Amino acid sequence: MAQIAESTGHHGAEEEHNCTGIDHRKLLMWVFLSTDCLFFGALISTYMVYRGQSLVGPYPVDIINIPITTISTFVLLCSSFAMVMALSNTNRDNLKGIRIWLAGTAIMGMIFIGFQIVEFTEFAMEGLLLSTNLFGTTFFTLTGFHGAHVSIGIVWLWVMFYQSFKGKVGSKTALNVELCGLYWHFVDIVWIVIFTLLYLVGGFDAGPPIVG
Amino acid sequence: MATVASKQSQNSMLSNIWGWITTVDHKRIGILYGVTAFVMFLVAGIEAGIMRWQLSMPGLDVVSPDVYNQMFTMHGTTMVFFAIMPLNAAFFNYIIPLAIGARDVAFPRLNAFSYWTFLAAVLFMNFGFVVGAVPDGGWFAYAPLSEQPYSTNQGMEFWSIGLMLAAVSSAVAGLNFIVTIVNLRAPGMSLMRMPVFIWMSFVVQILLAFAIPVIAVGLIELTMDRLFGTVFFKPSAGGDPILWQHLFWIFGHPEVYILILPPMGIISDVLPAFSKKPLFGYPFIVFSGIAIGLMGWAVWSHHMFTVGLGPIAVSVFTITTMLIAVPTGVKIFNWIGTLWGGSIEYKTPMLFAVGFIAMFIIGGLSGVSHAVAPSDYQQQDTYYIIAHIHYVLFGGAILGIFSGIYFWFPKVTGKLLNEKLGKYHFWITFVGMNLTFFPMHYLGMNGMPRRIYTYATEYGWDNLNALSSFGYVILFIAMVIFIVNVITSLKSGEDAGHDPWNAPGLEWTIASPPPVYNFSDLPVVEGRDPYWIIKRRAIAEGKELPGPQALVDPSTVHLPDPSYWPAFTSLGLLIFATGFMIEIPVWFVKYPIAIVGGLLVFVGILAWSNEPITREKNH
Repeated sequence: MAQIAESTGHHGAEEEHNCTGIDHRKLLMWVFLSTDCLFFGALISTYMVYRGQSLVGPYPVDIINIPITTISTFVLLCSSFAMVMALSNTNRDNLKGIRIWLAGTAIMGMIFIGFQIVEFTEFAMEGLLLSTNLFGTTFFTLTGFHGAHVSIGIVWLWVMFYQSFKGKVGSKTALNVELCGLYWHFVDIVWIVIFTLLYLVGGFDAGPPIVG
Repeated sequence: MATVASKQSQNSMLSNIWGWITTVDHKRIGILYGVTAFVMFLVAGIEAGIMRWQLSMPGLDVVSPDVYNQMFTMHGTTMVFFAIMPLNAAFFNYIIPLAIGARDVAFPRLNAFSYWTFLAAVLFMNFGFVVGAVPDGGWFAYAPLSEQPYSTNQGMEFWSIGLMLAAVSSAVAGLNFIVTIVNLRAPGMSLMRMPVFIWMSFVVQILLAFAIPVIAVGLIELTMDRLFGTVFFKPSAGGDPILWQHLFWIFGHPEVYILILPPMGIISDVLPAFSKKPLFGYPFIVFSGIAIGLMGWAVWSHHMFTVGLGPIAVSVFTITTMLIAVPTGVKIFNWIGTLWGGSIEYKTPMLFAVGFIAMFIIGGLSGVSHAVAPSDYQQQDTYYIIAHIHYVLFGGAILGIFSGIYFWFPKVTGKLLNEKLGKYHFWITFVGMNLTFFPMHYLGMNGMPRRIYTYATEYGWDNLNALSSFGYVILFIAMVIFIVNVITSLKSGEDAGHDPWNAPGLEWTIASPPPVYNFSDLPVVEGRDPYWIIKRRAIAEGKELPGPQALVDPSTVHLPDPSYWPAFTSLGLLIFATGFMIEIPVWFVKYPIAIVGGLLVFVGILAWSNEPITREKNH
């Protein structure tokens, strides 16, 4: 920063002018995450509107495995703790801690995605595909887009892990880790909503009531 | 010698083009937006002309019914997403940083990315014309009509994926401008000192950022239905096409305000400048704009009164729709209050602004008439609706945008647009639009449905249709006059000076066209209408009126460097989108080109985030 100010001469001083004092990137991330709520909100609404509307099976009650997904949910929630530790180590410039906790977060995310792959494969083998019924359509789309969010987070974490070897991660650039953390926690929170609605609440749904 | 010279000019032209591709300057990006959007405005206008030609007499056979479907779909889609929205974006880009006293937007490279992605969307969707698969499901693409069995070619994929690209562009731009307006206002420019155009833009950015994800989900679901066999909107599997309508209009109604609020902001800046008095009831206009932004989320089902949502839903949405007319009415009264007792100068921007008020009132009134559900049952899907939307979007948005073009053209180019041609342009547009769109009210009331490609003479719609088509010709002439005006004024227009209108805004305190760094020293704002305060003080103290801010050597000002990564990333996104149009099964991968595009996007983002914003110079 000092170097940049030097090279910009007398017009450099006011360059740091910022009305709220909140870093642009941090503000951007908060606003982006709040708009992402609408994205998941619309997908979750689609799922809820179509709950119990599937005309043919398999229905959730036939294949949803709550215990298994509870384990992967637990892992994902733990990864949020690891993310906090990574940020805390970044602020303290503890390079070893940064690497351990960044990698830990990413690996826990990968375990979660691994569980999801196993789950999807199992569902497919039991006859539930995207095109089978409304349950398959909405379930795979919603959890798939969540999985994509997690995957982007994992790539981001590994990129940061790599950068820690280039000396680019530390207290001076802690915002980079913080932004990644904000994103990661958000994706976790969304999963809490999805897990509650799709597994704990909707996991026992069957087909539409048979009239007559 | 000659070849050397031509080679040199060729080189400089290439580097010039490269300069535009890699630019991160909000002013250049604004010009790119404006020019692209105006070209698309003309394209959509020609599509409208084909429709008016076809309808000018009963039983004509200018185009086939299929082509007619394509024309109304592309006319609506292009006008909304590729003409009015980006014309507004041109103003956001060019004016917002200048009017809040900033050197650029908060994320200059992201801004470039928005433009290139918008261009990718334009090219992608209109590529349908090249391969003969033009979208034909109407601009709101109601399922199941937009679904596979009813729309068999790739047209609707061009539509839905193209709109997704546009959605990425707009959402990113929205986020960027929210941060810009929150963080980068000049010292002293508190929220309640911002020009109304900035306020309205701010509301619009929030609407964009929050409404776009909803349509994105709708588009994803539609595209997945078409490509991956999901059953979101397929009644045969229990899916409900009404869900598409909800998703589309939950976005679609805020979208209406995304289109109209910026022109409202423009005329709120133009009216005071040509009445020589401050905007009447500034806080009322600001808060009514915010109220419109909030209430815009609670009215969407008035597009769906005839769907059969039941009496309670219909009543609720009738009431909310009528309520939203209140803040709009408040604005209109305040604009008229601004004119009251002012020393009014009828320059061209002012003519367009006053024309906006008059035409928007007509559009607003017909709007209230279909807020009433029983009355709407008669009007749904008739030309009455077409008349309404054109009074608010042509009489409103387009007139407001022209007002803004005439107002800020001298700032952008340093040249004034010709007043005489401008006045011809205004009056011919004014007469032309009323001739084109007013008869549509009667046509609608007489039962002419929208989207029919021809009609029999026995219905008695001949004369009014002929009149409407004649109006189109007049509008066409008006546009020609405008283009002639722009070209001749650019060549040999009168020099504008830095402040041709004696205007109140910060953008007039600097030279025209503005230097690359905008402000050599950031201005300090002492109140609303900051430049008027400075000028008034100079007059009171008997001093000379202050000139434009002195120019300095641009290299002494800290500016972001040009970058090709935004354009590269957009190109990756375009390839990603195109990948879904070309099925090449390789092993278990269905769309390998999409994977290539996705990787390019990844590379682009990575390189972009590793690129320093300003390289160290002379080191």
